[in-house]
Amino acid sequence: MHRTGELYGHFETLEQQKETATLGMWVFLVTEVLFFGGLFMTYTINRHAFSTAFGVGSNTLDLTLGGGNTVVLILSSLTMAMAVWSAQVGKVGWFGIFGKVRWVSIFLIATLVLGTVFLGVKVVEYKQKFDHHLVPGRGFDIRYRSEHPTASDNPKEIAAEKEELEKAFAKDPDINAHAQLYFSLYFGMTGLHALHMIVGAGLLLWLIKGSFAGRFTPQYNTPVEVVGLYWHFVDIVWIYLFPLLYLIDRHQ
Amino acid sequence: MQSQLPFSPDQASNFAPHVDDLMLFITLICLFFAVAVTIAIIIFFFKYHRKSPDEVGVPIHGDSRLEAAWMIVPLILAMGMFGWGAVVYVDYRHAPADTLDVYVIGKQWMWKAQQPNGIKEINELHVPAGRDVRLILASEDVIHDFFVPAFRVKMDVVPGHYNTMWFRPTKPGRYHFFCSQYCGTNHALMGGWVTVMEPADYAAWLSGSSGAEANPVVAGEKLFAEKACVTCHVSNGTGRAPSLNGVYGANVLLADGSIVVADEAYIRESILQPNAKIVAHYQPLMPTFQGQLTEEQILALTAYIKSLQSQPVPATGAGIAPTTEKR
Amino acid sequence: MSTTPPLPGHQMPHEDYLNATYGIRSWLLTTDHKRIALLYLGSVTVFFFIGGLLATMIRIHLLTPTGYLVTPETYNKLFTMHGVAMIFFFLIPSIPAVLGNFLIPLMIGAKDLAFPKINLLSWYIYLVGGSFVLYSFATGGLDTGWTFYTPLSSIYSNSAVTPAVIGIFINGFSSILTGLNFIVTIHTMRAPGMTWFRLPLFVWAHYATSLVMILGTPVIAITLLLAGLERMFHLGFFNPALGGDPILFQHLFWFYSHPAVYIMILPAMGVISEIIPTFARKPIFGYSFIAGSSIAIAVIGFLVWAHHMFVTGESVYAALTFSFLSYLVAIPSAVKVFNWTSTLYKGSISWDTPMIYAFGFIGLFLIGGLTGLFLACLGLDIHIHDTYFVVAHFHYIMVGGAVMGYVGGLHFWWPKITGRLYPEALARIAAVTLFVGFNLTFFPQFILGYLGMPRRYHTYPPEFQVLNVLSTAGASILALGYLLPMLYLTWSMRYGKVAGQNPWPATGLEWKTDSPPPTENFDVTPEVTWEPYDFQNRPDLGLTAGAPSLAPAHGDD
Repeated sequence: MHRTGELYGHFETLEQQKETATLGMWVFLVTEVLFFGGLFMTYTINRHAFSTAFGVGSNTLDLTLGGGNTVVLILSSLTMAMAVWSAQVGKVGWFGIFGKVRWVSIFLIATLVLGTVFLGVKVVEYKQKFDHHLVPGRGFDIRYRSEHPTASDNPKEIAAEKEELEKAFAKDPDINAHAQLYFSLYFGMTGLHALHMIVGAGLLLWLIKGSFAGRFTPQYNTPVEVVGLYWHFVDIVWIYLFPLLYLIDRHQ
Repeated sequence: MQSQLPFSPDQASNFAPHVDDLMLFITLICLFFAVAVTIAIIIFFFKYHRKSPDEVGVPIHGDSRLEAAWMIVPLILAMGMFGWGAVVYVDYRHAPADTLDVYVIGKQWMWKAQQPNGIKEINELHVPAGRDVRLILASEDVIHDFFVPAFRVKMDVVPGHYNTMWFRPTKPGRYHFFCSQYCGTNHALMGGWVTVMEPADYAAWLSGSSGAEANPVVAGEKLFAEKACVTCHVSNGTGRAPSLNGVYGANVLLADGSIVVADEAYIRESILQPNAKIVAHYQPLMPTFQGQLTEEQILALTAYIKSLQSQPVPATGAGIAPTTEKR
Repeated sequence: MSTTPPLPGHQMPHEDYLNATYGIRSWLLTTDHKRIALLYLGSVTVFFFIGGLLATMIRIHLLTPTGYLVTPETYNKLFTMHGVAMIFFFLIPSIPAVLGNFLIPLMIGAKDLAFPKINLLSWYIYLVGGSFVLYSFATGGLDTGWTFYTPLSSIYSNSAVTPAVIGIFINGFSSILTGLNFIVTIHTMRAPGMTWFRLPLFVWAHYATSLVMILGTPVIAITLLLAGLERMFHLGFFNPALGGDPILFQHLFWFYSHPAVYIMILPAMGVISEIIPTFARKPIFGYSFIAGSSIAIAVIGFLVWAHHMFVTGESVYAALTFSFLSYLVAIPSAVKVFNWTSTLYKGSISWDTPMIYAFGFIGLFLIGGLTGLFLACLGLDIHIHDTYFVVAHFHYIMVGGAVMGYVGGLHFWWPKITGRLYPEALARIAAVTLFVGFNLTFFPQFILGYLGMPRRYHTYPPEFQVLNVLSTAGASILALGYLLPMLYLTWSMRYGKVAGQNPWPATGLEWKTDSPPPTENFDVTPEVTWEPYDFQNRPDLGLTAGAPSLAPAHGDD
């Protein structure tokens, strides 16, 4: 299809093109909801069936990292919203040595930075699970950490974990298998979410390039708006994932 | 006995005439609509055949009364089919009291059945005519399905669940049974014969092939001792676990205050996942037997626990919910 | 003895979408919805051939009770691969991705679908998914049944389940993107004057189909992914030995796979709703009821899935609910059949090939739909569940319904797609052959089922042989019925009579442009001023002489 400026040949007007792109993203997000929905359903049913094992699994997650990441992601939603707004009004600011810069670029970069921080923290969390033998597979051992504490571990914490595991084993002797289910779902759901974040980061890079080239004007800013929708959706998924995986049945 | 539909298998159980009647009812209604629509189409096809190349039809856009009629009338008929079908189904899903219980285990690719007195059969099932028979179905591996066309009944056999089905054979004879849930390579070979016998013949057959050795109650009692169940489940109610005397079929009060009926599914669950439902006033001490017992052994234990139904229930330490605590 | 008006000497347009550009790259990188439709036409035909070949072997094998051709293991692979190839790679994409892709923009007066690149991407995703499945077929085959029931598929099967599951998972995204594209296109790309209630019913049917595609496909994608992961990493979502529940898999599977039946049949109903008014030359009876019933089927279709599970031991209340809802979904289907029949009343009916297919469709869909009432009946389902009765029922819907609609639609729009007409007499013979062959093949299976022959049996008791032989004999006629159109349609692409813009004539917007259409579809954006299927006020169709009660209110063009 040939294109005239920002208008692709099969559309009549820019408004029609924008409406189409926005609706397309909304429909796509509906399918995403159902895609995650299958996982949430499986999670709910299994959580109900193996509440002890899932409780133990929740307790191994690091609340500080998870909570911190939640804040980071909410902030990134804010900067994304600001990016859309500044693209719509075409705001320009004076940034010292950089000279005149469009605010949309600044906010897009901020969003990208926050998204990257989120992914970085996720890597740290995954590595922890890997070190503690909590990755589903042959080497999976829910007791590994309490039995092989490292020097940096707080002995009090380890003792508490040991006690909790003992109680849990009494309740559910198959807890190793059932906790493995928890971690399969943990990695599946957060992994799928992280994949969406990575795609989002790619889209942000593309937007940043466009914004420096001056592509986005108050007349034409559909890509920023559509990617914004996507970014907010990915945030919302996390807003559900965080309490489900980290907070339920968490006992101090 | 009424006359049989053409193209239908023998009618050999209490359900067969009901299912055939249902078949006839639905077939007649459907035939009426199919014939009516077909005749209308054929008539229109010839009567309104285009007479000249540029002829146009009469512009009729619709008629909401007609639309209403052909939504409401089929709906009423459909509700009739639904209602009648539901009556038969509900009857099928609720076994009457006092059935003859036969255990049936499906595994790739054979059926094992065990009569109440312990006689085991492979790919064969003997049942007396005129008696309500209940099959308790378990699977060792994948999902199977026990299907007797002459009885018009089938039920999936699902690993990890007990399913039950019941029927009352009405006509002595030998009838095919099949596995009708696809279960792998030799799915088609996983079938056999149900033999329906006169009650007297059945009794003779039972006693003829003595099965005391394999009596599930005896086997279960032995297992009960071997697996050390007996050390906690002391029959006089003084053990660390409730006495099982009289527990089968009775109400059991649980620690969370709810009451369950101790049926086969409950007993099975209590063996495999002892902590799923804890009896009131007892500690969750029992280890799981998941993976340590074969389906046959579980059935034997269940049969033994069922045989304790008639034993005297101790005043304290029984699993049964006292009548005063009911609900 | 053709009843179409004699054609004046039409000329092929000198530039159209087929000859606008040349070379393999111009096809593989095209974003033209019409060319993508043809790419799909080629690839679904390949899968239809594979599936058909497997079906032929199944029917030959069942000639004798002990099995004629292959080992039990191979037989299980034959019917599994037949199901997977036909359902996921032929039936689901057939009408939407071929006819829908080609026609929706033309019918609503747009230059293309909303997202042309995503449309091309869908086709490539389909190819990648299809390659995985073919790889699975080639390296050991697949013997789980197309339903992939756990724990057979996740633990016990020794065949190449993993690549097949991955292939179907990937292919799901092709459906999702096609559905997304259609929904957005129908919402935002309509030409001026093309209001919702002027949309052709074909478009309504595709709107409903797309809803099912975007809402159902993600669920089966994730379900099959879980089953695949369970198989690869020994997890326990559906494995009873690890505390999982095999019945959960069935719930998730049928939540998609029952609505998937409507992905196959709704577009076919859309095709029939176009053919009947065209060849009866009158407005369709009850336009809004047919349009509404498509949406009703799509919505209620999501609430009936557990009627596949009446004998799994599900709760009696669940069974009652799902049986009730299954009867409800029968009503909108009945509404369609009654409306089609009424449309014929006082029409000017021609016996052209597409119309013969439409009659065939009504007949076969009637039987397929009515036998659904037997299966929805709880008491009766205890007996006929998982027997050949079910096999016959769904073949009447999927082959008798969906494939008749697809082949009928191909004939109806063939002049638009290629610019040429097929040999009419041969086409009518083929249509009748298909109808007869189909009934001979599948009607005996209803009886087999009631007699108690379970499905997926490589060997059977001797008393079932006569009916099986009948069925195989019918299948050979059916095969002929499929081969004929393939041959003469291919022949006509080059040697057929030139069709002209509107050979039937029909009222839709797609017939107001050249055949084949130019790449941009219309030279100027059309404006719609007429109601759908209106032959009275359309002097441009050239049908005035024999029209009764002519009162043109507002002519145009």
